[in-house]
Amino acid sequence: MRFLASIGRGTISTFATIGQIAVFAGIGLYHCVRPPFYPRLIVQQMIEIGYYSLPVVGLTAIFTGAVLALQSFNGFGFAGEATIANVVVWGITRELGPVLAGLMVAGRIGAAMAAEIGTMRVTEQIDALTTLSTNPYKYLVAPRLIAAIAMLPLLVLVADVIGVLGGFLVSVYDFGFNPTTYLKSTWDSLDGTGFVSGLVKAAVFGFLVALMGTYHGYHSKGGAQGVGQATTNAVVSASILLLLFNFIITAVFFAS
Amino acid sequence: MTAPGDAPKISVRGLHKAFGTNEVLRGIDLDLPAGQSLAVIGGSGTGKSVLIKSIIGLLEPDSGSILIDGEETLGLSPGERERVTRKFGMLFQGAALFDSLPVWENVAFGLIQSQGVRRRDAREAALEAMNMVGLDTDIADRSPAELSGGMQKRAGLARAIATKPEIMFFDEPTTGLDPIMGSVIDSLIVKSVRELGATALTITHDMASARRIADNVAMIYQGRIVWHGPVAEIDHSGNDMVDQFINGRSIGPIQLQVAV
Ligand SMILES: Nc1ncnc2c1ncn2[C@@H]1O[C@H](COP(=O)(O)OP(=O)(O)OP(=O)(O)O)[C@@H](O)[C@H]1O
Ligand SMILES: [Mg+2]
Repeated sequence: MRFLASIGRGTISTFATIGQIAVFAGIGLYHCVRPPFYPRLIVQQMIEIGYYSLPVVGLTAIFTGAVLALQSFNGFGFAGEATIANVVVWGITRELGPVLAGLMVAGRIGAAMAAEIGTMRVTEQIDALTTLSTNPYKYLVAPRLIAAIAMLPLLVLVADVIGVLGGFLVSVYDFGFNPTTYLKSTWDSLDGTGFVSGLVKAAVFGFLVALMGTYHGYHSKGGAQGVGQATTNAVVSASILLLLFNFIITAVFFAS
Repeated sequence: MTAPGDAPKISVRGLHKAFGTNEVLRGIDLDLPAGQSLAVIGGSGTGKSVLIKSIIGLLEPDSGSILIDGEETLGLSPGERERVTRKFGMLFQGAALFDSLPVWENVAFGLIQSQGVRRRDAREAALEAMNMVGLDTDIADRSPAELSGGMQKRAGLARAIATKPEIMFFDEPTTGLDPIMGSVIDSLIVKSVRELGATALTITHDMASARRIADNVAMIYQGRIVWHGPVAEIDHSGNDMVDQFINGRSIGPIQLQVAV
């Protein structure tokens, strides 16, 4: 009986948390579309999320593209430019570009958001915002959601280009492929739906990362330890949700 | 019937607030007439900060009633709540400065964000407010993290009064300040309350400060107001708890749970 009760309690609290996150997301999105806006804060977040994530995302992409080329060369034997270019383009634009960029940003930005907002919560800065007639959802949550939704697709665009470049470098300098033929195969393998699905994923991942970062920060309690906990929770939950939604979006786009 | 103008600025009735099994407020009744300055005294952990946060709307009480200018504020919609919040200015116990903003923007925050003052004008006003609380304007562009605790407190005070609110809440304004700066802050509170015609509620442990800034004193103990009277009568309150508190005696009706 005790066992069943604990399962029941766990289920109830899981659904309660999902409900809370949904309400939080609803309020956050509402404030994304209702003035006043804070352009200064949105731009600041865009720079933080977009510009400063470029190095990590770029490095991740170039090695991933290179490794994809290496593996498919080994796996398929000598299959020619077309196959390898195809594997690299499909792999990067559809899956690895958005997923890896999303995970990197979850670690970098989700953690930073949770830590910053969590510290503001435990040092009463969020209360202070309220007493200064400033809505914390509007001031803290909305700019981060907007910036992340806008910047992740751009980051993924960059990751796509750099990832394909990684594959290109290995193919040309390691396997000695003809660069022109390889580029042409790359161009031919690029398909609109796959490419667009990658960007849609990126926007959704940006939303999830910012949502988890702000949600866990906003609800953190109990001093420095609580903030640390919030940071961990933000990164872990964002990563899991991201992989879950990656599956769902892929299924929606390519179910036929 | 009392006309709205005669209603107390703040009127609290039967306020209860518990955190889990910890019953912090157990039926607070308190009236604060317009233009008056009230000091709330009481031991550490008796719920003074919780009382202020409930009045401001940062915490939701379990039951009771809080009237601001005769208007019930419990259960207001967010929009209506914001209209009431505009009447308030608050100095937090830990200053609660925004560490992502320089000092002057902290002070000017209410002016820029809620009153729509242009940044350049707001900066002027902020420097003026910093001057008033004895802060060197050289630190205007520094980050709050670079200030000492006492300077943070003064910056928090400047932020609270910069918008010239009708009702001001000060949570331990002089804690952590040296005695001279403490009395400077006290006279500043008195001055801003008088000049702006504001109503003030100050939490303090510092009896010298309470005597300087308050018209009335209320003492909170075990979740209730146990004494409320003019500051002049505090030495002859006839209340053992007040006597014990203002004289700082460890023996008396107030029992501290300390293992000695
Ligand atoms: N957010 C909260 N969650 C849980 N308990 C709380 C919370 N805020 C305050 N309390 C509890 O309420 C009680 C009163 O706290 P409060 O901060 O009001 O004390 P105080 O009178 O301001 O004390 P001090 O003079 O030390 O500042 C304490 O027991 C505290 O643990
Ligand atoms: Mg307190």
